[in-house]
Amino acid sequence: MNYLLTRGARSGLTVLLVVTFTFFILRMSGDPAMMILSADAPPEAIEAFRQNWGLDAPLSHQYFGYLGNILAGNFGVSMRNGASAMSLVLEAIPATLAITLPAFALKLLLGIPAGIFAAFHRNTWIDRLIMSFSVAGHSMPSFVLGVLLVLIFAVSLGWLPSGGYASWGHAILPIITLAIGGAAVLARYTRSAMLEVLGQPYIRAASAKGLSWHLVVIRHALPNAAAPILTIMGLMLGALIAGAVVVESVFSWPGVGRLIVSAVGNRDLAVVQAALLLVTFSMVGANLLVDALNVMIDPKIRSSK
Amino acid sequence: MTTLTLKLSTLRGNLVRCPTIVLIGWIWLAIMLLIALFAEVLTPYVYTALDLSARLQPPVGFGGQSNHLLGTDELGRDVLSRLITSIKMSLLIAFASTLISATIGLTLGFLAARFRGFVEQAVMVAIDFQASIPFMLIALAVLAFFGNTLVLFICLMGCHGWERTARITRNLTISAVEQGYANAVEALGASTWRIYFRHILPNIASTLIVSMTLTFPEVILLESGLSFLGLGVQAPLTSLGNMVGYGREYLQSAPWILLAPASIIVLTTLSISLVGDWVRDKLDPTLQ
Repeated sequence: MNYLLTRGARSGLTVLLVVTFTFFILRMSGDPAMMILSADAPPEAIEAFRQNWGLDAPLSHQYFGYLGNILAGNFGVSMRNGASAMSLVLEAIPATLAITLPAFALKLLLGIPAGIFAAFHRNTWIDRLIMSFSVAGHSMPSFVLGVLLVLIFAVSLGWLPSGGYASWGHAILPIITLAIGGAAVLARYTRSAMLEVLGQPYIRAASAKGLSWHLVVIRHALPNAAAPILTIMGLMLGALIAGAVVVESVFSWPGVGRLIVSAVGNRDLAVVQAALLLVTFSMVGANLLVDALNVMIDPKIRSSK
Repeated sequence: MTTLTLKLSTLRGNLVRCPTIVLIGWIWLAIMLLIALFAEVLTPYVYTALDLSARLQPPVGFGGQSNHLLGTDELGRDVLSRLITSIKMSLLIAFASTLISATIGLTLGFLAARFRGFVEQAVMVAIDFQASIPFMLIALAVLAFFGNTLVLFICLMGCHGWERTARITRNLTISAVEQGYANAVEALGASTWRIYFRHILPNIASTLIVSMTLTFPEVILLESGLSFLGLGVQAPLTSLGNMVGYGREYLQSAPWILLAPASIIVLTTLSISLVGDWVRDKLDPTLQ
């Protein structure tokens, strides 16, 4: 419990740091009034804009006001169209989850069995084949993979649409693009975690008493190899919302990632900041969840604290 | 000094006997480095030069002419010249950023190990902060807030991966200080500066190199990803990611604009991960 409390406190500190980071970077980047209005706008307009956004108050005053607003769930409004920044981000989440959730499932279904299989056939051609795929999948950037898939399946073969957001057919290529890289990473981690466990005496004992190999894997090897695999899965879980920045842009998919990219392009600071905070919450939350799961699975962590 | 020289000399010895695929990786990286170094000599045209009479000309072998080996883009700019310039730009950013990142990590790691207490806690909190958000998002936020110039962009990429180096440096330095040699040199009257940079640094260098072999390809992927989104290297400058992002608009009519830089990125990152894995196997003391 103590362990989890420490982790919780550190997570809270991280969130506070990110909030502070966005606040100061926002104020350091120059006068937002000058950026949104042009430099030759009439002084009265600039003054009105400053008052409107609270930019004329002292910095410490602004900072605590900002913290209060965030605690109250008020993340400001888009400086471009006046819509609430957080609602813009929240509206984009379902589209993102529509591709990241299936991709997450696909990563697990492909990556973990491939890793286990490779570990069991260590140094055979099966292992080498799986690991070659893993290295290739891991070192191929998602935008190159996405564009190549479009070139093959949309442009040359004409089987699938190249981008947009209309039907399930449009989701297939983004999901595959996201899944391949993740599955490659998971396969690699699973393989090395399994190899570490498979050398242990208790696995030999389990096989020696005549258990079939899938029972050995499920009952004895996997629970002991779970910690590093869970950590990677936690990172992927935290990335469900923000992990598709590039892929969404490749396929013109209207999710959080593309919203962030267009907000960065327009310098719509309120939206960037709302998205950044939301992503931080989800990442930190996923990390805490993984810590809790690790404590449940691994009695060694419980007893060490 | 001895451990690193010893390891590097065994590395040289092993280089002769390394697997063929790793050797191919080394050769590919050497070629890329040479192209980057001699980019000005190798480019047949200035990379921004327009040739409006030869727009969207396909590469040689696909109906193109020998004056533009890899074809031209929609403004008639030579794809080969742009490719060579892009390789130079991408490698320049990756090298500079990896060095910046290693310097930041090493300095903070040394500071944490030297002063302990509050300094160490502050460094650890910064490490936690950096590790808790995907760097892509930090980069996007900074670019949104500050705008983009090449120098700022390189510094920004240099902020990637320092947390790994800092953590390793701190851990290794603390255990190095506990070993006798640092105390021995201190007793001989050496300055702190001398102890850290002349005695501790060479002993932890191999692990730092391992950490740099992880940062380098990550920076290449990050830079090309951001440039692909149009938020990295800005025109008229060009980088590999830039070319892919730009060539996407001509995917149907002129796929060569995109395929040339895409294959360079894939082959380079693949080579780095093959070579990197192999170097890690040879240098990482925890694996031996």
